[in-house]
Formats: sequence, structure tokens, C-alpha cells
Amino acid sequence: MSQPNVKIYSLSTCSHCKATKKFLGECTIKYEFVDVDKLEGDERKAIIEDVKKFNPRCSFPTIIIGETVVVGYKEKEIKEALGME
Amino acid sequence: MTPQELYDRMKKVQEPKGYYFNKDKERAFELLEALIANRENYGYMGCPCRLLSGDRELDRDIFCPCVYSVPDIEEFGSCYCSLYVSKEWNEGKIPQEYVPERRPPEKMPY
Repeated sequence: MSQPNVKIYSLSTCSHCKATKKFLGECTIKYEFVDVDKLEGDERKAIIEDVKKFNPRCSFPTIIIGETVVVGYKEKEIKEALGME
Repeated sequence: MTPQELYDRMKKVQEPKGYYFNKDKERAFELLEALIANRENYGYMGCPCRLLSGDRELDRDIFCPCVYSVPDIEEFGSCYCSLYVSKEWNEGKIPQEYVPERRPPEKMPY
């Protein structure tokens, strides 16, 4: 079974972001991520606008799993979106 | 400053107020390192779990420990980052739930 595309909008400093990446790694889920705090200038602005479309409060991590948006490291919701439960 | 020095200094100030470091030391030290990195990069110890603007005046409410940590620890037993927690949270007497963002969107300068 193919897994949905997973993208994480994260901060390099945030513990919940690190926990999310670690969890997905342990589940051998492939994911892309962007550490928004590492971006500068227009690139940062553009990505913040993207995050706001998914999560108007622009908090981290914002996790996109297929069509589902999960805000925060919520293991149960992540597993559900991945079809693991 | 090393994470250990920051830990010792803040412990002395925060524990008498009833705020304890997360007993998961790996988690706590990861966050303390992030705070030190933020001070190097931005000039202030802003919350590691929030996007900092780089403007210390706009981010004053999220200098760690942030103003939201008081109501968050009161309601959930943990701050947004799970760096500072209550004794009961550390002892597992209350559920370790996800703490939603309390900072009002209008305070976010982006």
C-alpha cells in the first residue's frame, strides 16, 4: 500500500517538531520537511503564507498528510491520517 | 552559557513558583540548547516552539518562560513546549496532553 505524501512545516528548535520527525522516521514513513526558522526574506514570507493556508494560526509543526492537516504532534491523528489505525 | 548552567539557574528561580523542568532530561536539555541558540541568533531567549520575528519588542510575550506558560501550566500542567511543567504532570498524576497555542493570532507579527 502506498503511503500518502507527508510534508512537515517545522522549526529547527521545536521539541514537538523533532518528536514528529522521529516518530515518522521510526514508522519508516517518508516525509519532506521545511524548517521555517531557517528561511529568510521572501522565501520565509512565502512559506509562512503556505502554512497559514493549512493552519491560520501558523503554529508548528503543521503536518500535511495527503489531504489531512494535523496541527501539533498528535500521534493518534497522525496514525489515523496515515491509515495506521 | 551551557545548557546545564541555564538549567541550574532557572531551576532555582522557577521551582519555588511551582514550575518544574520536564523530568525527561533529554527533552529539557534539547530545549535549553535551543534557547541558547535563539539568544545567539536573535539576541533574546524566545520560545523554541514558536517562530520568532527577530524583533524583541514584538516577541516580548514569548521570552521564555512566556506569559502563556502560567495559564497553560494551570490548565494543562505543561507549557506549550513542555519545558516547564507542574509537579503533578511530571509525576504522571495528570494526563500529558497536547497543549494548544494560546498566543492570540494578532500577536503574531507575520
